Amino acid sequence: MMAFLRRVVFFYVDGFRAMTLGRTLWAIVLVKLFIMFAVLRLFFFPDLLAGKSAPQQAACVLEQLTGI
Amino acid sequence: MVSDYLQTVDWSRAQFALTAVYHWLFVPLTLGLSVLVAIMESCWVRTGDEFWRRTARFWMRLFGVNFAIGVATGLILEFEFGTNWSNYSYFVGDIFGAPLAIEGIMAFFLETTFIAVMFFGWDKVSRRVHLTATWLTAVGASLSAWWILVANAWMQYPVGCTFNLGSVRNEMTSFWEVAFSPVAVNKFFHTVASSFMLAALFVVGVSAWYLLRRREERMARQSIGVASVFGFVFALVTAFTGDRSGALVARVQPMKLAALEALYNGQAGAPLTVVGVLRPAGSRTADDPFYFGLGVPKLLSVMSFRDAQAYVPGIGDLLAGNPKQGILSAAEKMARGRVAVAELARYRAASEAGDRRTMAAVGRKFDPATSEGEEFLSEYFAYLGYGYLDTPAQLVPNVPLLFYSFRVMVGAGVLFIVVLGVVWWLNRRNRLASKRWLLRTCVWMIPLAYLASQAGWVVTEAGRQPWAIQNLMPVGVAASKIPGASVSVTFFLFLALFTALFVAEVSILLRQIKIGPDAAGNSKPQKL
Repeated sequence: MMAFLRRVVFFYVDGFRAMTLGRTLWAIVLVKLFIMFAVLRLFFFPDLLAGKSAPQQAACVLEQLTGI
Repeated sequence: MVSDYLQTVDWSRAQFALTAVYHWLFVPLTLGLSVLVAIMESCWVRTGDEFWRRTARFWMRLFGVNFAIGVATGLILEFEFGTNWSNYSYFVGDIFGAPLAIEGIMAFFLETTFIAVMFFGWDKVSRRVHLTATWLTAVGASLSAWWILVANAWMQYPVGCTFNLGSVRNEMTSFWEVAFSPVAVNKFFHTVASSFMLAALFVVGVSAWYLLRRREERMARQSIGVASVFGFVFALVTAFTGDRSGALVARVQPMKLAALEALYNGQAGAPLTVVGVLRPAGSRTADDPFYFGLGVPKLLSVMSFRDAQAYVPGIGDLLAGNPKQGILSAAEKMARGRVAVAELARYRAASEAGDRRTMAAVGRKFDPATSEGEEFLSEYFAYLGYGYLDTPAQLVPNVPLLFYSFRVMVGAGVLFIVVLGVVWWLNRRNRLASKRWLLRTCVWMIPLAYLASQAGWVVTEAGRQPWAIQNLMPVGVAASKIPGASVSVTFFLFLALFTALFVAEVSILLRQIKIGPDAAGNSKPQKL
């Protein structure tokens, strides 16, 4: 089992080491994910219903559906 | 306050449209190119010819660039459901969440396993294991798309669910009805087939560029050989499923059909307008909407209902009603919708006051197991969304946008069938390289394919306005009440981010195409 896991890990490590164009692409992916998760998600996308219990969420949405 | 909320709705729509358009720049090429790469790799495994390995690796490299830039852009759409469209997200409950969750899990396993084997495993696993990983990546990408399209189809044709008054959510009553509704099934095949066609046009276009430069001629000719047949077949499938889409839209979204045909007066034996120029909104009348229009008699009736004499309702019928055709007026639907909204308000007031008797009385109306509930749900709740509209005119989507987008999509689709068929035939006879005008046309087919693909989504999404969920929830109710300013700021942040990423993708792709299958003259293919 350990030998198999080691082979899997080496497979990925070797793959990443051998990349050429892939390094640029990974840099783009990481920058993109950072902007999406660390900047946009935290500062601009607060979840309005998060932190509320199920009945509170239902009451909140019912208010929206009947109060417009 | 009201105008700020309207601004929020408009900005949220603009932001979602921007994100979706950007996301869709990457998806179709990923779906189609993965299959083409798998076919080329299969040729290598079957023949043992190193040429096919080199060819497959080249297209796989372009697939990798497209995949890396596009990956996770769909996550932004999922954020927006929770933040900009929180009322919608809560109201649809697990019907929408379940397909998206399945897609997320499927995409995660796909991306961390098969794609890794595909890119890293060339010299580390056997040919057959590698080929299996490549095919599983291709199949997995299409299966992943299935679940997203199931979710989208449900918004256009909400089936397999019931509304739970206590939780204010729709609950799935039949997974199969949701996953295999005729709209979902047809949408999947139409979208995936058109994506395969787009990828084929990409391969044909890039290969044509090589032939114009007299470079990589064998790879270009063989790639065109594979892609033109593949593209031609799936262009026909796209046309077939597109025709089926029209018939389904006629039944479940008649206003969308009337708007995309600019059909103001319904008629039996309705013609299909092939090309036309609409008059501006101010001077467009129901009897004479076109400056100029060229139509095929009775074709719209045939395509919509498979009957040359069938009555196709126009925008006027759907607004004013047409008792002879059994069409309710918008005013009647709005009145019924308001009854449903009033019952929800009564339940809310009773709930806040702790009035259990009234809550139970309203609850019976929402219980499909009782005859009272069955009648209320089908006669009133089915029109809930209409209860939020101020005027019947709000039911009409943007007619010129739909009319022209539809014609761009269909016109380009017909052109693709012709071009792919001609290219395949000439390539088979080894006469393509001398037709330089046709090679240049093939290169220009690449942006046209993207334009047609985006136009298809404009028809689908702009055509269902004002609905977030057909007949049940208009976008004005679906949107979260968040400050319009914050949505507009993020709109421009997204625009900047997406533009930068798009420029990065195009420049990396162009560079890799210029380099070709052999990096810097090496005979060994460049690694990703």
